Amino acid sequence: MTEDTSPILRVEGVVKYYGARAAVSGVSFELWPGEVLAVVGESGSGKSTLLNSVAARVRPDAGRVSFLTRHEGMVDVHAMSEAQRRLLARTDWGYVHQDAVQGLRMNVSAGANVGERLMALGERHYGRIRSEAASWLERVEMDVARIDDTPATFSGGMRQRLQIARNLVTRPRLVFMDEPTSGLDVSVQAKLLDLLRSLTRGLSLAAIVVTHDLAVARLLAHRMIVMKEGRMVETGLTDQVLDDPQHPYTQLLVSSVLQP
Amino acid sequence: MTDTSTVLPALRVDGLAKRFTLHHQGGVELPVLEGVSLEAFRGECVALDGPSGAGKSTLLKLIYANYRATAGSIRVRRESASAEVEVTRADARTLLALRRDTIGYVSQFLRTVPRVGALDVVAEPLLVGGEADTSALREAHRKAQELLLRLRIPQRLWHVPPATFSGGEQQRINIARSFIRSWPILLLDEPTASLDADNCSTVASLIDEARARGAAVIGIFHDARVRERVATKVIDMERFQPRPGSR
Ligand SMILES: Nc1ncnc2c1ncn2[C@@H]1O[C@H](COP(=O)(O)OP(=O)(O)OP(=O)(O)O)[C@@H](O)[C@H]1O
Ligand SMILES: [Mg+2]
Repeated sequence: MTEDTSPILRVEGVVKYYGARAAVSGVSFELWPGEVLAVVGESGSGKSTLLNSVAARVRPDAGRVSFLTRHEGMVDVHAMSEAQRRLLARTDWGYVHQDAVQGLRMNVSAGANVGERLMALGERHYGRIRSEAASWLERVEMDVARIDDTPATFSGGMRQRLQIARNLVTRPRLVFMDEPTSGLDVSVQAKLLDLLRSLTRGLSLAAIVVTHDLAVARLLAHRMIVMKEGRMVETGLTDQVLDDPQHPYTQLLVSSVLQP
Repeated sequence: MTDTSTVLPALRVDGLAKRFTLHHQGGVELPVLEGVSLEAFRGECVALDGPSGAGKSTLLKLIYANYRATAGSIRVRRESASAEVEVTRADARTLLALRRDTIGYVSQFLRTVPRVGALDVVAEPLLVGGEADTSALREAHRKAQELLLRLRIPQRLWHVPPATFSGGEQQRINIARSFIRSWPILLLDEPTASLDADNCSTVASLIDEARARGAAVIGIFHDARVRERVATKVIDMERFQPRPGSR
């Protein structure tokens, strides 16, 4: 088994204020290739702000986020040019929004939603784009016959699958997910979780998943970060944090659900 | 393998203690284990013995890094590396690697993954890390089938997710999953608890086979006959009970 010598992502002392309030105050962690990290905590604890600071969607007030690029080693993502950052976001990174409407183009076909990211990589051959899109619809267990329909006609679960296909088609090395399964019916949620689990494991994807649902963390993540009021109060292997929580806040979270 | 592999233990536990602090029960402290010291060599099967609540499962969980130690050390020899890993101090990445290539663990209960069939649940440990090619997949399935057959799981259940299985069936899926790889260290928490005599003896044979290929096995065996049949060494956990008033 080969062992990686560098993390794919390094987050150091990230701070983000909204007005006078620190939404994130001094969070540091590393992510290694193939690792799935869950960020949990109740609403308002700063999970999404942390995710967006790391994904370079908001600029932190302090701290550094470095990503292991394919050709230039570790690069500070907030020091990149806007163009570089956009390229990264469209190719090597994926971002799965809680609300699929934010992550999809609702008026173009499913096939085009997936194909668009391939085109960002320079692919121009229509036939190849279409067949690659079809194969990804299949991998996320969607009916390929719907390839020419727009997501506006899809159910919530299908939209989320399409969003995942759109993100994974470029074979990103790091995927950010913000509450990827919440807002869906329980049975739809379970199937989507299965899919995410087999995709992240099968593709050795590195991912950061923000969730308030400890069961989602248990199923998907190798490691966990527990956030409270912008701070990281506990971190460890997912099963360590859930089965032997140390911090009072984590104990409260764990004891408030049935068998996470 | 060098000479040292037969001389040095696969696992060394030294002065290990575990205490739970329950912050929402008025901060009550629950001392469970204290001064645990033991060694397990390759080819050994060490049985942990003691009454319910003595901390047997807790010890296995500490070794697997599922629980965090309060004091003491757990040193594990890792196959692919020359140095020992100190489990209580290792970072998450090292622990994950340790679980991938060195330590296997059969818990008392199977945590089922919805929608994944029994055969795939059993084969999974062989397929972690990277996209499996079809031949690796076929080989993993072949081994999984062999174990399911040995453990008498009816073929009609092979593609059914184990969530609906009986307790004993789930337990056997759990066992198959943990014997599919040649773990150098194997932790077994009551692997035969809900099994009939035939399946108990299959598990005993699996343990013997694991030892024969050099695994160090540490297990909890409720049934005294099973324990006598498989254990090469018995550790009395009463020795490690915290003294009243200590902390
Ligand atoms: N996560 C935990 N949080 C708090 N207390 C715990 C936890 N896990 C175990 N304990 C306590 O530690 C003690 C030892 O439990 P353990 O499960 O290790 O016993 P055991 O020897 O395996 O018993 P049995 O034979 O009944 O399985 C018990 O008092 C138990 O309540
Ligand atoms: Mg027990």
